[in-house]
Amino acid sequence: MAYLTQGETGEWETVIGMEIHAQITANSKLFSGASTLFGAEPNTQVSIVDAAMPGMLPVLNAYCVEQAVRTGLGLNAKINHTSVFERKNYFYPDLPQGYQISQFLHPIVGEGRIEIDLEGGKVKEIGITRLHLEQDAGKSVHDLHPSKSFVDLNRSGCALMEIVSEPDINSPEEAVAYLSKLRMILRYLGTCDGNMEEGSMRADVNISVRKPGDGLGTRAEIKNVNSLKAVQQAIDYEVARQIEIIEGGGKIVQETRLWDPNKGVTRSMRSKEEAHDYRYFPDPDLLPLHIQADWIAGIKETLPELPDQKKHRFIGEYGLSPYDAGVLIAERNRAAFFEAVAKGRDPKLAANWVINELLGILNKNATALDDSPISAAQLGALIDLIADNTISGKIAKDVFPLMYETGKDAGQIVEEKGLKQVTDTGAIEAVIDSIIAANPDNVAAYRGGKDKLFGFFVGQVMKETQGKANPAAVNDLLKKKLDA
Amino acid sequence: MSMDKETVRKVASLANIEMDEAELERAAAQISGIIDWVEQLGAVNTDNIEPLANVANIELSLRADSITDGNYQDKILANAPEHTQGFFVVPKIVEQQS
Repeated sequence: MAYLTQGETGEWETVIGMEIHAQITANSKLFSGASTLFGAEPNTQVSIVDAAMPGMLPVLNAYCVEQAVRTGLGLNAKINHTSVFERKNYFYPDLPQGYQISQFLHPIVGEGRIEIDLEGGKVKEIGITRLHLEQDAGKSVHDLHPSKSFVDLNRSGCALMEIVSEPDINSPEEAVAYLSKLRMILRYLGTCDGNMEEGSMRADVNISVRKPGDGLGTRAEIKNVNSLKAVQQAIDYEVARQIEIIEGGGKIVQETRLWDPNKGVTRSMRSKEEAHDYRYFPDPDLLPLHIQADWIAGIKETLPELPDQKKHRFIGEYGLSPYDAGVLIAERNRAAFFEAVAKGRDPKLAANWVINELLGILNKNATALDDSPISAAQLGALIDLIADNTISGKIAKDVFPLMYETGKDAGQIVEEKGLKQVTDTGAIEAVIDSIIAANPDNVAAYRGGKDKLFGFFVGQVMKETQGKANPAAVNDLLKKKLDA
Repeated sequence: MSMDKETVRKVASLANIEMDEAELERAAAQISGIIDWVEQLGAVNTDNIEPLANVANIELSLRADSITDGNYQDKILANAPEHTQGFFVVPKIVEQQS
């Protein structure tokens, strides 16, 4: 069912295309040897190239090219053997060159596509128009002084991939799913850390509305949409704004708008049409980039299993539900952790323990999986204790938080606390006999047809044995004795 | 092709260059002359010829991804008319661009 917004004159369709800026994971900048590390003192990670001192020449970082190609392959996209760096000209204090080195007519990566996951297990394909390499700008700080702005060039010259989607996205939910999926793929590939708080991934959203069946409406470009929540809110706001204008007899102006996360509105960035006249031309400092087929083939060999492939494998190989598989593949290290736990064990049990218990307790303690006090081997050993009847699943849930607190192995905790399951039928029988003797009324009632009382007897045995009796053995023996 | 005064005015404003009317007139005439001169190249038939990026047949050189530069904040800020706490200081800019 398509996503439609009800206006006063009927229903409206939303058309969205996204431009994602993703900072490439690399040690040094796209055209200089300065560090890209986040959070350094202002203007310390700046070379004279980044500061655009006269006469400095850019030299392209081979690894950034490799990362862009790797990303293109991960997006099922065409890699262009020849691409060209061009100058995008504009003035802003955090752009010391007076132009951004970018790619325009000949990007390094052409058309591709990814699948996004929607509610109810539905999948939709979103086209990728292109991916190109460009320099990031510096950072302006506006709130430290009433009449001055402060400029830090540490980010200036860091390598960005701009990933442009086709206008295939039709709702805020799809936009969020697209951004999440793209982020997941980039993190799997190791080409961008996907950290939206630190600005490693930033989104611009192009939005227009139309009556179903009509041609494309005029779009507005929303900038500064830098979280999944902001994507949802900015689209909701902008769709309502555009419908209200059109239904009020107005026209949408093609313009750039800024999302204000504090006020929850988009506002026009006083767009003179001139501001978009960037006068691109090939950068005379840089020759065209030629990429050989064997280099691309070599990069292809380094591609990891990607999220969708992994998801399908988890469903097929381990028999997991699409939901569980989706949770486990969300992070590459999470999937690896699960596979280590599942190896040689019941995969569904392993998935349950990782998702419900481990991720639950980590989340509660705001701890990352990499810092988990319980290793995959330790969790696996706990599951082994359940599988070989050393402890019951219920006892295991008591052991688990103790493992988390102490970092000890499950076996050691079971030993120390004396939690070993009683499988000795003689011992269980003795307990059952005493309970039957102590509850003649209930025994009579049960034998008289009150089947539900069976649970009462199980509870009594478990209470008596502090939960350590093997539940299957208790069931068997109780049945035998009560039905005798 | 000739360059009219209005086009020159637009280009000048995009380039943040202030020009008065007389200068615009003069620049329009001069730039038109330059463009006309270069346009003679249009007479050459370039069908089926690859664009030429350089005449020496060299490839773009690439460098390894290692940190070899930076860490001289004082040098970077040395020419700044105003700076504080390691930042360049400029008149307030409210709008973001690009």
